[in-house]
Amino acid sequence: MTAAISVRGLRVTRGGRQVLRGLDLEVEAGRVSGLLGPSGSGKTTLIRSIVGTQIVAGGNVSVLGLPAGARSLRRRVGYMTQAPSVYEDLTVHENLAYFARIVGVGADRVSRVVERVGLAANRDQVVVTLSGGERARVSLGAAILNEPEVLVLDEPTVGLDPVLRRDLWSFFHELAESGTTLLVSSHVMDEAARCDRLVLLREGSILADATPDDLLSRTGTDDLDEAFLELVQRGTA
Amino acid sequence: MSARATGATTLRVLRQLRRDPRTIALLVVVPCALVFLVDQLFADRPLVFQQVGVPLLGLFPLVSMFLVTSITMLRERTSGTLERLLTLPLEKLDLLVGYAIAFAAVAAVQATIVSLVGFGLLDLTVVNSKLLVIALAVANAVLGMALGLFLSAFARTEFQAVQFMPAFILPQILLCGLLVPREEMAEWLQWVSALMPFTYAYDALSRAATDSDLGAAFWADVLVVGGVTVFALALGAGTLRRRTP
Repeated sequence: MTAAISVRGLRVTRGGRQVLRGLDLEVEAGRVSGLLGPSGSGKTTLIRSIVGTQIVAGGNVSVLGLPAGARSLRRRVGYMTQAPSVYEDLTVHENLAYFARIVGVGADRVSRVVERVGLAANRDQVVVTLSGGERARVSLGAAILNEPEVLVLDEPTVGLDPVLRRDLWSFFHELAESGTTLLVSSHVMDEAARCDRLVLLREGSILADATPDDLLSRTGTDDLDEAFLELVQRGTA
Repeated sequence: MSARATGATTLRVLRQLRRDPRTIALLVVVPCALVFLVDQLFADRPLVFQQVGVPLLGLFPLVSMFLVTSITMLRERTSGTLERLLTLPLEKLDLLVGYAIAFAAVAAVQATIVSLVGFGLLDLTVVNSKLLVIALAVANAVLGMALGLFLSAFARTEFQAVQFMPAFILPQILLCGLLVPREEMAEWLQWVSALMPFTYAYDALSRAATDSDLGAAFWADVLVVGGVTVFALALGAGTLRRRTP
């Protein structure tokens, strides 16, 4: 496999607590990889280390062969933060138009992205008047504007209705088919089944790294929630 | 640095302000009302009003832009937009200069309107050009913006940021020479006031109003205001961290 993201012995300490303790991970290029784990397991910290916004205590993180956070990666990696990081007092279109100018794409691309994230009807609505799910989609739109090679999404489907969630996941797979590498975090296990590959994170360590089918057969369960429990029990036994 | 990213940032900041007409109204109406208040306060002592009126015109933008910037920057930090911006191909300078241009433009409008009231309605006079007062006001606004940007890094909440007003601004207003001439202060207060940027902003305005022969002292004031602005912007840039704990 070609790794788009490669993490070696990553250690991160936050507020005196070791959040990630020597983590190793390879994320395959051109696939949708899921980063699953309960709240507090270190998903966001790992994601921030990959996009280069986290101060790390040790280890190596490389993205597309370059050290995470490298200057030239700023055009090649798209990042969607967990809380929608867009301007509440601007409209959907104004937000995307601003980020578009910074990453250097044109107005036609902005219009396509507004359509793509299903906000055409809300184009001129001020973000503060949008629902949580709609805000998340503005934030997602900002991350995909310049069609980055690597897309790192921190819980992009929180609070979305099931139809929209399905649409977004099929969009993620479309992007992967056209060559984009996606790393998508979630704390909802039923989303895991939609990923090509799953990384289960618990208390700062990787519990499993496999395809969903593999995980089910290895644990002898027929649902990923059960599989997760089984792995936790094996780990502590 | 890129003109495109800087320009986009200026436009974005101005658009955000436009969404908040109440703040714009406050930025313009409050200084006008305060200048009028001071005029009425010194109704029987027109000479005093002449002395404090012009410096007041030029100091308002400093205070308002300081507050507006600290809150705006704090929001950028807490909403995650700053973290996002810093993962994008945007130089810190693009962001800072983008902000500076936007707030300087707002300050120019603010200073012009307050000046119209002061010079037009309240009979304030200056021996030099009125445009010089407006130019100093804009420079002060950029100084206020730079100080606000830097200090916003030390506030976790908007409550704290607002407290910087009495903690950081008020002592400077008291000691800059506006209320009591610096020569009449206790020596240690003169030393403290010499360390405060407001002192130089005030002195420049006061000289612009009364000194027909602007010499080295005036330009030294201007130089200090400019120098502190650049220094505070550099410190502010240092607080914009791409990597955070």
